[in-house]
Amino acid sequence: MTSHPSGPLLTVDDLRVTFPTRTGEVQAVRGVSFTLGRERLGIVGESGSGKSQTGRAIMGLTPGHAKITASKLEFDGIDLLKATPKQRRDLRGKRIGMILQDPKYSLNPVMTIGKQIIETLLAHEKLSRSQARTRALEMLEAVQIRDPERVFGLYPNEVSGGMGQRVMIAMMLICGPEMLIADEPTSALDVTVQLDVLSILDKLVVERGMGLVFISHDLRLVSSFCDRVIVMYAGRIVEELPSADLAQAKHPYTQGLLNCLPTIGTDRHPLPVLERKAEWSA
Amino acid sequence: MKMGKLTEKTALSVRDMVVTFNEYVALDKVSVDVATGESFGIVGESGSGKSTLLRAVAGLNRFDEGTLTVDGRTYDSRSRDKEFYRTVQMVFQDPYGSLHPRQTVDRLLLEPLVIHGFDNIDMRIARALDEVGLGAGFRFRYSHQLSGGQRQRIAIARALILEPKILLLDEPTSALDASIQAEILNLLEQARKDRNLTFVMVSHDLGVISHMCERVAVMKSGQIVETVPVEALEKRAFSADYTRQLLVASEGFRRG
Repeated sequence: MTSHPSGPLLTVDDLRVTFPTRTGEVQAVRGVSFTLGRERLGIVGESGSGKSQTGRAIMGLTPGHAKITASKLEFDGIDLLKATPKQRRDLRGKRIGMILQDPKYSLNPVMTIGKQIIETLLAHEKLSRSQARTRALEMLEAVQIRDPERVFGLYPNEVSGGMGQRVMIAMMLICGPEMLIADEPTSALDVTVQLDVLSILDKLVVERGMGLVFISHDLRLVSSFCDRVIVMYAGRIVEELPSADLAQAKHPYTQGLLNCLPTIGTDRHPLPVLERKAEWSA
Repeated sequence: MKMGKLTEKTALSVRDMVVTFNEYVALDKVSVDVATGESFGIVGESGSGKSTLLRAVAGLNRFDEGTLTVDGRTYDSRSRDKEFYRTVQMVFQDPYGSLHPRQTVDRLLLEPLVIHGFDNIDMRIARALDEVGLGAGFRFRYSHQLSGGQRQRIAIARALILEPKILLLDEPTSALDASIQAEILNLLEQARKDRNLTFVMVSHDLGVISHMCERVAVMKSGQIVETVPVEALEKRAFSADYTRQLLVASEGFRRG
């Protein structure tokens, strides 16, 4: 693991998330450990690999009936497992932000965009209404929304997916969090819009020196965006490597994920498919 | 089954098709010709009209103007007869939404066979499941007991069981993981080879299109911007600026 001069922002050690079901316990995350500094970390895996549950456990959004254990789950010296609901609420939105996949479902449909952004701000800072409004408009401008005044008064169904996702980024960054968890932030967007949203996210993360956890199933995208990549399979980390060394990935699962994508200019018929081996999840 | 690729017959021909929803023009005089045995791709962003084109061909949307000829027969804007659905079948994007939640796989595959009066029903269902790589063990399951990839295999089996000539594919893999996508694409290619099928495939992923298709039409705001052979994508031998944008987007994020 890499060392960080300022000490890690987030330390996750042996994180386990278990869901009780009628047919016994399902272990979604089985002993995940990593640290995050002020850097961009990607978590990649297929559906069911536990990548989203890892992000949700850090954020404190795991459903109540699930069991979370870890030998250490610490954000900037605060033990997240022992934190009271009040402490967690103070962290969420203020110091840790989270961007979800689809703005259609994650924005409040009956509240205007401006109101939702202001709500976040007023929950954490003592400001007057007009100060909050100014801050919200500035933030909308920072995510490159051309006419912030107009968008401020719109409802989420009145904006496009790409615009919705920018609003989501604005809402999450307005309190200046130190860490951002982005769970498939561009998967619901058009290819042409994806890049715009990513470059806005990239710029803001760099400018503000945030730590970023980028969760996605798209290995290529993650590696082009992040400094370091963790590959998860069946609730475990199978490989961790710097993005630049992705081509030298050693684990057959990582290689499989890289190889199975069709690309322009390669002629591979049939495409290589992943052969899952039982020992990977052991 | 072998029809010979040499006969340059047109499987599907769309001429000056216009589709409007209220005042909104979703398709603006679109013309497409797809040869028998060809695999034809359509790319574009959401709202470009690519799905509307497929749905209008399949009879799920009506069209206001233009003509549609499929396998030598002309169809009007609304009605499609049984013969049409014997010839043309469709696979949809969302495997979670396109299978009946309260029907078993057996029932799902039975229905088209009964409608079209097929014989040897039992054998056909077993063979269809076999062809898509699912064993007999899946036959009496409900769709919620299947993974996304397995559901899409059932949707493909349902389309292929009528032995159609043309398959309309509306983003068949965009709801799936990359590793499952490869399996489904291989399955589709194999089916096409075995049955000499004609594909019309819609996708927003140029990588998928260039892997699966021979020609590709680029759509934007209800119109076809250009139609090029897929080799042109690799050589960058296309003229529309919009195609270039799509190509850049498909290459992933670049800093700076």
